[in-house]
Amino acid sequence: MRGSIRPGASSRRARTFTLVTGLSMVSVLAAGCLGGGGEESAGDPDRNADATEFTLTITSNAIKGGKNSEGATWIEDYVIPEFERIQAEKGVTANVEFAPVGVDDADYKSSLGLDLETGKGADIIDIDGIWVGEFAESGFIAPLDDVVGVEAVSAWDGWGQIQESVQQNASYNGERYGVPTGTDGRVIFYNKDVFEAAGLPTDWQPTSWQEILEAAETIKAESPDVIPLQLNAGTAMGEATTMQGFLPLLAGAGAEIHADDKWQGDTEAVRQVLEVYETVYGTGLGDPTLQQEAKGRDRSFQLFAEGEVGMLLESDYFWRSVVNPDQGVAPMENRDEVVGYAKIPAVTPGAGVGGQDFVSMSGGSARVINPNTEYPQQAWELLQFMNSAEATKEQVAGSPRITHRDDVNAEVLSGDPMLTFIAEEVVPLTLFRPGRLEYVDVSIAVQEATYAVVEGATAAEAAQQYQAALEDVVDAGAIATG
Amino acid sequence: MPVPSRRDDAPATAVTGHADPGEAAFSAGAPRAVDSVGLGRARALLFVAPALLLIGVFLLFPALWTLYIGATNFERTGPNHVNPQVTWFDNYVDVLTDPSFYNSLWLTLLFVLFSAVIGQNGLGFWLAWSTRRLHRRVRRVVESLVLLAWILPSSVVAFLWIAMLDQRGGTLDALLGNPGTAWLVEYPMVAIIVFNTWRGTAFSMMLYSAALSSVPPSQLETARLAGATGGQTLRDVVFPHIRGHVLTNTLLITLWTFNDFGPFLITGGGPGDDTEIAAVYLYNTAIRDGDLGYSGAISLLILVANVVLALAYLRMLRRRDSS
Repeated sequence: MRGSIRPGASSRRARTFTLVTGLSMVSVLAAGCLGGGGEESAGDPDRNADATEFTLTITSNAIKGGKNSEGATWIEDYVIPEFERIQAEKGVTANVEFAPVGVDDADYKSSLGLDLETGKGADIIDIDGIWVGEFAESGFIAPLDDVVGVEAVSAWDGWGQIQESVQQNASYNGERYGVPTGTDGRVIFYNKDVFEAAGLPTDWQPTSWQEILEAAETIKAESPDVIPLQLNAGTAMGEATTMQGFLPLLAGAGAEIHADDKWQGDTEAVRQVLEVYETVYGTGLGDPTLQQEAKGRDRSFQLFAEGEVGMLLESDYFWRSVVNPDQGVAPMENRDEVVGYAKIPAVTPGAGVGGQDFVSMSGGSARVINPNTEYPQQAWELLQFMNSAEATKEQVAGSPRITHRDDVNAEVLSGDPMLTFIAEEVVPLTLFRPGRLEYVDVSIAVQEATYAVVEGATAAEAAQQYQAALEDVVDAGAIATG
Repeated sequence: MPVPSRRDDAPATAVTGHADPGEAAFSAGAPRAVDSVGLGRARALLFVAPALLLIGVFLLFPALWTLYIGATNFERTGPNHVNPQVTWFDNYVDVLTDPSFYNSLWLTLLFVLFSAVIGQNGLGFWLAWSTRRLHRRVRRVVESLVLLAWILPSSVVAFLWIAMLDQRGGTLDALLGNPGTAWLVEYPMVAIIVFNTWRGTAFSMMLYSAALSSVPPSQLETARLAGATGGQTLRDVVFPHIRGHVLTNTLLITLWTFNDFGPFLITGGGPGDDTEIAAVYLYNTAIRDGDLGYSGAISLLILVANVVLALAYLRMLRRRDSS
């Protein structure tokens, strides 16, 4: 600094000049760079259609021996070798790679967004159905018709096997962005050993919230070391809090998070749901610490598998991928005997959404084609193969689930009582999340409200906090209160 | 995204701001200055051009870019991603009225004060001082152990700390015979402060070891003969010799710690926002929530905080020089 005590006037001017020029150059550059994302059209659908050698990459939030292990195994051990073999028979050299990921969904989504925005990423990408609208609005993905061409898309015979409601999981504003990969449903899972030890019936179906809480009280009294009821809450669990905790309860209180163009604000239904949270975490029916830990959700799975948790609200994912004795992340040897499942009741019979006695929430994911792919036709061929009846059957051979294909469902449904239960009892009464952009922000507000309760706030305080957070993200006119 | 590298940029900006090579070039070419090397303005500029280019590309441009993004409502996804609007100072107004921002500043202050200024400094000095007369081999062992904490990859270290502080079967609970304490949930700030002290002490220890060797043994001997206590010796003999080192060390570790992202690997900023220090707050806003414009404004404010800190230290250093 010493040398600059008396800078020459000319040098000062020169520096100011440089700075101003630099700044304006940056602004000009920036104005051209920011935004626009992947706005440009998907490009020629027929590019490289005749290539005799091509490379494609598939990605999914799945990894062998970890998250969604069975999905990763299916892609690596069945899809890739089979597809390469079929292509080889046609005299085409196909190199298909799988890029496994095994992280929290939010992190997976972040990295996908960065990939797609910069024109990179895998050719076939597995995304949550709820992200389709957001990604489409951001220009990260494009309608299938644009990416691979209208004719090629409509020529696929698979569409006839996928129900309209399931196709919504991969569509936005009436356009298909990919192929859905099935659906799911949320139920209450309970550990029959824990129930038996507490003197509760092992064949159990509560018909009101009160019955759930009473069962939890009984477990707490009889087996003090067991966490009676772990209800997803807080921000660390991300979307799981909203989807597996708040929304099913809200449906049970008779409200949808978004209906008649209004979001649920500080309403009676929301307060009722938060009161359940307050009861569960305020009176020791659930462990608040688990909801605050960074890896609390995985931990709660582990504890359930060890017989340390009585009840959990989860999707059938829990059955297929978590406590699955073969490929689960928290395998239970005796899953079929020990893990019970029951429909989620309304607060009182008939008080649920649409006057229902029982409620659930469903989601599903979709496989989309990266608009930046070098080989759109080949990617579409691969995507069709992955969604063929044959491949789909292979996918669910090890652990049945509700697929997107009616023909496959008809065959595999009968094999698994849990799956049958979801398909027959749960899916007919389920709700889907609103496919709206603001949902992501509303969901965060929900997570923060439940976190406040876990930390000790009352339901009323949390509801007010939620209302305030909601006003930040949606128009005041679009919030229902009272 | 400049976000993850911000912790490296900031101190560098602060430092290079004072060793500006451009300045040398300009004064070299100024009419009345002595061009002792005989390069002339053009060639001098040519010489510093590579350095200037690097600084421009890696420091100046990202900083200005952040400034620009901070003046827009740019987001990771959605309509504001496709068509961002320039909102000028809206983000700054929002940030400055956002309790989360002050929460993160306060937590950062605690984090820096306890883990760096007091923790690393104190422990580093204590280690250097107390091992200086030990057998060479013993000292090597101690130094190696402390250094190990510094050189292990962050992800490995984070995993070990999570395992150690875990509520169920954690090492610490087992050692204390006190199962069931979820250290990372009940004492999250203490946990990351202790963690960072452990993690970063090696640097201070090495620096002080070197600094202590500059204290003339004769003076220490004299102090001992005069009957000075340990504290008196430190205050009156040792400290005057190493004051410059103390300030430099404190400056460096303060800036590093201020922008440290390591705790994220352990607590993710949680529970809630209990450990959401500045760097984590920035990451959560930009990457998790996708509010890039907003986070641009935050990062500029953090940069300003960094510069203020650096200037304060440099002023102290200069006052020492002139005294």
